[in-house]
Amino acid sequence: MNQAAQATQPNVLLEAKGIVKVFGSGESEVRPLKGVDLKLRAGELTLLMGPSGSGKTTLLSILGCILSPTEGALHLAGYSTEGLDAEGLANLRRKHVGFVFQGYNLFPTMTASENVMLALDVRAKPVVDPPGHAVDALSAVGLAHRAKAFPAKLSGGEKQRVAIARALAGKPSVILADEPTAALDAENGRAVMALLSEVAKDPNRAVLAVTHDHRTLVYADRIIRIEDGRIVSEECPDKSKPRDNAEAAANDH
Amino acid sequence: MQAQITAGAQGTGADPAGKPKLVKMAAKLAYRNLFHDRLSLAVTLIGIVFSVVLVAVQCGLYIGSERMIAAMLDQSDGDLWVVPFGTKSFDDPSLLIGHEKYAVLSTPGVAGAEELVVGFSAWRKPKGGTTAVLLIGSDHENGTLKPWNIVDGSVAELEAPASVAVDDTYFTDLGVNGLGDSAEVNNSRVRVGAVTHAIRSFTTLPYVFTSLQRARTLLGAGANQASYTLVKLAPGADLETVRADLSKRLQDREVLTQGEFRKRSVDYWLFQTGAGAALIAGAALGMIVGVVIVAQTLYASTKDHLNEFATLRALGASAGYIHKVILIQALMSAVLGYGVGMILSMLVIWASKDTTLLIVMTPGLALLLFALTIGMCVIAAISAIFKVTRIDPAGVFSR
Repeated sequence: MNQAAQATQPNVLLEAKGIVKVFGSGESEVRPLKGVDLKLRAGELTLLMGPSGSGKTTLLSILGCILSPTEGALHLAGYSTEGLDAEGLANLRRKHVGFVFQGYNLFPTMTASENVMLALDVRAKPVVDPPGHAVDALSAVGLAHRAKAFPAKLSGGEKQRVAIARALAGKPSVILADEPTAALDAENGRAVMALLSEVAKDPNRAVLAVTHDHRTLVYADRIIRIEDGRIVSEECPDKSKPRDNAEAAANDH
Repeated sequence: MQAQITAGAQGTGADPAGKPKLVKMAAKLAYRNLFHDRLSLAVTLIGIVFSVVLVAVQCGLYIGSERMIAAMLDQSDGDLWVVPFGTKSFDDPSLLIGHEKYAVLSTPGVAGAEELVVGFSAWRKPKGGTTAVLLIGSDHENGTLKPWNIVDGSVAELEAPASVAVDDTYFTDLGVNGLGDSAEVNNSRVRVGAVTHAIRSFTTLPYVFTSLQRARTLLGAGANQASYTLVKLAPGADLETVRADLSKRLQDREVLTQGEFRKRSVDYWLFQTGAGAALIAGAALGMIVGVVIVAQTLYASTKDHLNEFATLRALGASAGYIHKVILIQALMSAVLGYGVGMILSMLVIWASKDTTLLIVMTPGLALLLFALTIGMCVIAAISAIFKVTRIDPAGVFSR
C-alpha cells in the first residue's frame, strides 16, 4: 500500500469524488463516466440502477479497483487509489473488496468449499483451519451441506450463494455485486437479495449491487440512479412502506 | 441468518486452538485445470513423451557412439600411445615405421610397451561373399588389450593356429554361426576360437581379434612393425618428460596421451564426419518439437480457462499467483511426460540391446533429460503467461 491511510467519514467505507473515465482518444473517444460522486456506508445495501450504457459497469470496475479513473479520487477503506499500478490495485481489492458476479464466475473444476478456499489463497493471509473456514462461510449462506458439490451440480441460486460465501470469506470492507439476480428466477433472486441485505447489516461492511431488477428495491437501504455517466438521484427508501415495483420501474427509466 | 453470516464472516474455523496457516490452492487449481480436459492433457503428454524419447534416443546414441569409438582405448591400460603421424582415430590405422617398441623400452621412465597391429582386412564368408573387417592383433598373454565379454571359447584358444575371436552381433555379416566356424581373412583360413558379445564398432566394420603375430602375417606387416605402441610409465615418472623424450627419439610419429588419442578418435568420427552433429541436431529437433507441442496445448488450455484467470485477477490475485498456476500446470505435465517418456526410452534401449546400435542411458543422462523436460515445459508456458498477463479483469462483469 503506497498511500498513507486517509481518514474519511467514520461510516463511509468507500468514497468516489469527481470520477471521470475516458476510453480511447480523438474521434473514437468514449466517456462513460462524466463526474461521479458516490459514498458507500457501513451497514448499508446500496443499489446502483440505471439504463444500459449509463456507466454502471465502468463505475463498478472503478469502485472495485479494477480500472483506474481518468480523473477523480477514490478512497477505499481509508486508502487512496491514486498512483497505484495494476498490482497495487490488485493488492487493495484482494484486501478490501469482495465481488459477486452476474455469471457467478465459480471455478468449475473446484467444489463449493474449494472455490471459497481459492479466494482465501488469493488473499495470502494465514487462516486457522482453512477447510473449516470455508465451510463456515458456506454455512453463512446456508450451503454447508453442498460444500463438496461442484458448480455443475448446483442450481443458479446455490451458485450465487457460493459466490457470496466466496466474497464473504475474505472479510472484505466492501462487497460489489454485479447484477446478482439477473440469472436467477424470482424465488432465488429474492433469496440472494435477502442474503446480501443480511450481509450488509455488518457494521464493518458496505454492499453495492448493480441491478436492473426492480424486485430488489425492497431490500435497498439506499438507491442511486445513474444516467449518461452522471448520478441523477440518490434516495434512502423507507423500508417499512411497501413499494410499487411498476412505479419504481417508471421512475428508473 | 444474521448470526450465521457473522460467524462466516469472522471465519472462526473448526479448530480455534490451531495455528493460522496459508491456504494453498494454486497446485490444486493447476491439477484440476490439467486433468479437466483429458484430450488436451493427452496431446500435451504425447508431445512431451515424443520429445523425451527422441532426445533420450539421440543422446543415448551419442553416448553409445562415443563408447563404441573409444572401446579399444578404454579397454587398454596405458599412459601414452605412439601412433603413425596424422592418425585420425583408432579405427583409421596404418603401420608405424618399425622398432618403436625397443626405442620406447629404452626410454627412461618407461615401465613397459605393448604393440597393437590393427588393419582393414577382407573377410570371406564360408558360403561365399566378402565383407570388410577391422583386424586387431594384440599380445593376449602380457598385453592389456584382449577380447572381453567372451561368451564362448576363451582367450587362450586364440593362441591356436588360425584362431580368431568375433562378436556375435556380427554373425550375420560374417556368415558364421559360432565357435569352430571357418572363414578366410586376406585369403588365409581362420577359425572362430572365441565369441564375444556386444563389442560393437561405430564404423559398422566387425572387429576380429587375433594374436599379434597372426595379425602381422595377415596384414603383411614386418616382424617389428605395429600400428600402435602403447606405453606404460614407471611409477613416479613424469608423463610430459617421457613424452618429450619419446617424441625426440621417434621422429615422424606422434606421441599422444590416452585422453588425447581418445578425444581425437571421438572428435573425428562424431564431428569431422558429421555423425555427431546429426545426433545433436536430432536431439535439438526433438526439444523444439516438444516445446512447440507443449506451448500449443498449454496456450489452448489457458485460453479455455481465461475467464477463470480473469476472475482470479478480479478477486485480487497477483500476476505472480496466476503465473504460478500456469507454471505448476507445466511442471506437472513435465513430470508426467518425463515418466512415461523414460519408460518408453528404456523399452527402446532394451529392444536395441542385441543390434549393432548402442543406445546408452546413464544416471547423468536421465537427470539431464529431466532438467531439459522441465526447462522445455517452462519455456512452453511463456506464451500462456503472456496471454494471461494481458487479461482485463474488467471483462468478468456482465457476462
